[in-house]
Amino acid sequence: MRIGILHSRIRAEEKLLLQALNDRGLEIERLDDRRLIFEISNGQAAEAYQHLDVVLERSINHSRALYTLRILNNLGIPTVNTADVADVCGNKLLTTNALTAASVPTPVTRVAYTPESALQAIEEMGYPVVLKPAVGSWGRLLSKINDRDAAEAVLEHKEILGTYHHSIFYIQEYVDKPERDIRAFVVGDETIAAIYRTSPHWITNTSRGGQSSNCPVTPELNDLCVRAAQAVGGGIVAIDVVEDRHRGPLVLEVNYTMEFRNSIEPTGVDIPGCMADYVAAVGRARRDLDRAA
Amino acid sequence: MSVSTPSTATLTATVECPECAVGVALNDVLANEIVQCEDCGVDLEVITLDPPAVELAPEEEEDWGE
Repeated sequence: MRIGILHSRIRAEEKLLLQALNDRGLEIERLDDRRLIFEISNGQAAEAYQHLDVVLERSINHSRALYTLRILNNLGIPTVNTADVADVCGNKLLTTNALTAASVPTPVTRVAYTPESALQAIEEMGYPVVLKPAVGSWGRLLSKINDRDAAEAVLEHKEILGTYHHSIFYIQEYVDKPERDIRAFVVGDETIAAIYRTSPHWITNTSRGGQSSNCPVTPELNDLCVRAAQAVGGGIVAIDVVEDRHRGPLVLEVNYTMEFRNSIEPTGVDIPGCMADYVAAVGRARRDLDRAA
Repeated sequence: MSVSTPSTATLTATVECPECAVGVALNDVLANEIVQCEDCGVDLEVITLDPPAVELAPEEEEDWGE
């Protein structure tokens, strides 16, 4: 079976995944997104990629990942994850929409398009709130807004200094969490592992210094995370969960190119191995389908 | 069109950091792997295995992430 792996730089995660795929005797073709050229106006792209049974997406750029997945899916090549999943997960607004539509509990969130309407939304929600870019990762450009002065300042800065998508104001209630949140890893229909990310700072991403430790996967956590994964279209995703003191766990966001290097040791789970098995199963399903046709 | 790289070939060598000129040991690295110069701390990307070569890794962009 031939598995394509779409990547840019090879980080610890990609190295572990290449090793896991190689250990399973799978033929791997690396697709460096910085060198790809797609002829999309005729059938050449189809010819160039039809030999791949499945492509595992590991790009570091959301836009490159999204467009490449869309091109491959339109050619009928299965990908993990699909373009639809990348589209939803790469955008917090679309993610919240999908979670809410599937009745997955999520923090109170409002969207506004002008600084004036955003300020009105914030005042109605009450302080503190968190202003997030709809597209973005690693905790970048998140603003915790504690009062009206801060709200006015941040909204003005975003309007004047940001690109157009900074004027899509995604405003979320600040969840008073116990100095930690949960990152859970879903592969297919199972939550295979979870960690607590602990930090005295309100941003707990491990890329921002949060410490990871094992979080037991209870049936309740598994159910919540699998439902969140299915809400965005399923596949291999990482779910960020905050524990509200009164309402219980709430799903913050879903990541579609999950990072897991700091989660293998504390959980003892072979995350890249589970991912490789899932990708191989998707490739096998496509082969079986082709044979049956 | 499709660009294929040997997937799992690795390399062990020493190269010069393009930032601070100190020797950087590459141990069992893959093409496109990111390594850090222990002296000056910059991120380096292994560009080719043969010959062994590194360059400064690309700067973080706004849509980078998970």
